Amino acid sequence: MKEGQGLDILLLALKPGADYAAFDEAEWDVLLRLARASDMLARIAQRTCACSATVPACIAPHLLSARRLAERQHRELELELKVIDRVLSEAGVPVAVLKGTAYVLAGLDAAAGRMVSDIDLMVPADLLPRAETALMMAGWISANRDAYDQRYYRTWMHEIPPMQHINRGTVIDLHHNILPPTGRIKLDASRLMDSAVPLPGFLGLRVLAPHDMVLHSAAHLTHEGELDTGLRGVADLDALIREFSRQAAFFDQLFVRAVELKLALSLYQALRLAQHFLSTPLPQGWLEQLAAASGCDPGAVRQVFLGRCWEAAVPPKHSMLRQRFAPVARSILYLRGHWLRMPPGLLVRHLSRKAVRAVFVSGEGREKT
Amino acid sequence: MSVSVITVRRLKDISLPDLGRQLRGVGVRLRVSPFVVTIRSDIPVVAEGLSVLYANHEVLSVAEGFSDFHVAVISRRGWGRSKCVFQMDGVEPFTPLAINEAFAFLEWGLNWCVTSQCHQWITLHAAVLERGGRAVLLPAPPGSGKSTFCAALMMDGWRLLSDEMVLLDPKTLLVTPSVRPISLKNRSIDLMKERAPQGRFGPVARDTLKGTVCHLAISDESLEKADTPATPAWIVFPRYQRDAGLSVEPRGRASALAELFSNCFNHQVHGREGFRAMVRLMAQVKAFDLVYDDLEAALSWMAAQVDAA
Repeated sequence: MKEGQGLDILLLALKPGADYAAFDEAEWDVLLRLARASDMLARIAQRTCACSATVPACIAPHLLSARRLAERQHRELELELKVIDRVLSEAGVPVAVLKGTAYVLAGLDAAAGRMVSDIDLMVPADLLPRAETALMMAGWISANRDAYDQRYYRTWMHEIPPMQHINRGTVIDLHHNILPPTGRIKLDASRLMDSAVPLPGFLGLRVLAPHDMVLHSAAHLTHEGELDTGLRGVADLDALIREFSRQAAFFDQLFVRAVELKLALSLYQALRLAQHFLSTPLPQGWLEQLAAASGCDPGAVRQVFLGRCWEAAVPPKHSMLRQRFAPVARSILYLRGHWLRMPPGLLVRHLSRKAVRAVFVSGEGREKT
Repeated sequence: MSVSVITVRRLKDISLPDLGRQLRGVGVRLRVSPFVVTIRSDIPVVAEGLSVLYANHEVLSVAEGFSDFHVAVISRRGWGRSKCVFQMDGVEPFTPLAINEAFAFLEWGLNWCVTSQCHQWITLHAAVLERGGRAVLLPAPPGSGKSTFCAALMMDGWRLLSDEMVLLDPKTLLVTPSVRPISLKNRSIDLMKERAPQGRFGPVARDTLKGTVCHLAISDESLEKADTPATPAWIVFPRYQRDAGLSVEPRGRASALAELFSNCFNHQVHGREGFRAMVRLMAQVKAFDLVYDDLEAALSWMAAQVDAA
């Protein structure tokens, strides 16, 4: 197989209107493997189901299996969120659900076949201790006992260490912001909370407003150092844009909000990726205006280089794709992710600590610090 | 006009050195119904095991078509003794094992592929065999002699569908065979070698987590009927116990269902629909606890059930 050919098949299958009946068994073989590697088999399965596509008899069971697994996750997610909703509303803590959890609960197109492993929640920073206590009383306890990790999360991150339910094993990532407080971009999370939209059927759960949801998705993609599910993030963004663009004045609101929250550059970079991989439709000239408003020159060496890094790092890791530049790109983005997250002095301390630990305590349950 | 004859290529048609080369290179693609599996390995014991235990399985071209699983058991040098890892498409779900366990690792890894990826079925941890069109499920905890009993039944003329995993369709309640070798442990290895000198036995792996492990090839009859599903008629919970004689107790439906449930890998995926399917299954089967100290007596009892049905 020629370099990149496998990725073309995956991208083709992820775009709306894909002609699944046109794939032969060998192409499905490639597609299934890459879809598994990028955690998007259920998404493709859901699409084939929605358009009643004819697929070879040997493929259909795998698609059914992936769909069942995703459906079960979504069902579980809704049950867990019923509990969380009750617990946090009793504690008087306003809460917004984020990312995959939000897509599923809000019934967005991005939820179709979206695998959700953790429950992402955001509460106001000053109510974080109260939220943590309430969730702990309901059975979610901090799974991480490492003192450094605890301090790392609590002092410098926008979330506390993951909390796992003692019986059911579900994991909550409790955030108080969508970006770290030590990072280059300071974001006032209360503005996101204020515009959040109540979820029908729940006591107090909310989801971010459409423009904020898109901005979070973009910021996550461009600030996160680890891109193991990078392509899934791009597909999320693509699905959000395609769905929300049906709302009147959506792009105008998105533009204003991006500038207001100083996330115009992130949004520009993320949408470039979405266009590169999935041809995400945007209004004519809109992206160029966004670039201008972000105060950066898209043609500058730095931006072009970063773009190349993402393009190389976003596709799934798989031996079928010969990705010569990808490991380098991933390392560069990993370091950049940390660079954006904390000031230089802290960064040096944190990374050297991690390096020492990697040598002496290899293979133990590692968190994504 | 010439008539083209389609001959099926079997693994035994490939010489051991060639098999080793292919496994180290592009891999070998086997039809292990209901799956097609592509296997790569640089470890000689994997080639040996495959050549003995999958001799009559069909070989397919790796250059075309579809494969359900792309797996590999690859050696890895560490600080001390070299080890091996199991990979499904680059994913390593297990920690490395000693190199002499490589073939057993392949079998365990394939089990994982099925239990983690194949929710088109309800998957149960149990042996399943068929005779006269009716299938018996044998769910049992390790150490109860399930595999020995299963191997003895196969040698006694029962068709083996699987010694480890029941693939139950939640709608039709039919069991799909998955034609792979029987995994024997510890004392049952010598016992079966004595009982079935004509059987084909694979490489012996000592000191594994499960003790000594050796696989026995599936019977030709079972392999030939690989595409024929079967309807469960009995659930038997077998237990070997020294000096126990033969005792058979009917098992209540609720209790049998509960035990079957605890042997189910993916009931959470199937949810309520899956639960209802298992309840319907209970309505169509007879369930028994079978305690025995003599294999022959247990086999005769099983044969009598077939005749009585």
